[in-house]
Amino acid sequence: MAFKGAIVVDIEKCKGCSVCVANCPTQTIALAKKVNSKGYPYCYMENPDNCTGCGNCATVCPDSVITVYRVKI
Amino acid sequence: MDIKDIIKPENFVYGKSKVLTDTVMHYCPGCSHGVVHKILAEVIEEMGIQDKTIGISPVGCAVFAYKYIDIDWQQAAHGRAPALATATKRLYPDKYVVAYQGDGDLASIGTAEIMHACNRGENIVVIFINNAIYGMTGGQMAPTTLLGMKTATTPYGRRADLNGYPLKITELIAQLEGTCYVTRQSVQNPGSVRKAKKAIRKAFENSALKKGTSFVEIVSTCNSNWKMTPVKANKWMEENMFPFYPLGDIKDR
Repeated sequence: MAFKGAIVVDIEKCKGCSVCVANCPTQTIALAKKVNSKGYPYCYMENPDNCTGCGNCATVCPDSVITVYRVKI
Repeated sequence: MDIKDIIKPENFVYGKSKVLTDTVMHYCPGCSHGVVHKILAEVIEEMGIQDKTIGISPVGCAVFAYKYIDIDWQQAAHGRAPALATATKRLYPDKYVVAYQGDGDLASIGTAEIMHACNRGENIVVIFINNAIYGMTGGQMAPTTLLGMKTATTPYGRRADLNGYPLKITELIAQLEGTCYVTRQSVQNPGSVRKAKKAIRKAFENSALKKGTSFVEIVSTCNSNWKMTPVKANKWMEENMFPFYPLGDIKDR
């Protein structure tokens, strides 16, 4: 059974610590080149096709800015 | 499949706990406090005890915890959270009381309070964040600072002959008869976050069973004062903190 996932990031609350980037097993997440209104580079799905919706990024996120969705395919 | 087809309420897997408020946390990027607040909020939500929990916030970075977790809170004087938790638990024996403390608060100025609260076996939960440094005041040496570790007050590294040895307060507390559950966890990767959450849940359940004091130490990072990036600080913690502060249950009965 395969899964496909996606994340939604609360951009204004993200502080760009990149702990989610280090803990993503599929290299889906990266820090954006742009910054939010506080000047932090926020995380986003750089390779959305890789995402399996495992939720590791949201589990380690200190600011709870990531919401995870997943479907079976 | 398009991303818009995945992002639907019925496909929801994991998100922010309802017990957390919408206030943006003041913690530095990558701070372990945020993860511990999150798992504490998740445990409270899963057990359905939001209106039955009273938190005691410390002096330290977590002093504003009352802004982030939507339960009743009290603010203790420096190190006195276990004393205030004792009073709160004795006045409201049906409530869950959780004291949230850092290492400068619990292991230094508050050593007397935590020792006696644990020795009396108060039915409270103590969460102890050990990042081996004073975070809020600017990175001074704490009792838990490792030998050789550079801080603002030990710029050449902590020396045993001058500054004494790092204090393993969790092992000391495990010796006391009043404690029922003493454990040391961490929150640097998904596996450790889940283990830490289980430990906190067990501590709350022990509190309901009136078994005694439950003490959960979380070995944490302070990347700002360690002068590292959050990811590098997590790695440094694994390499340097874990050999001295080994993870796992120290006492469970």
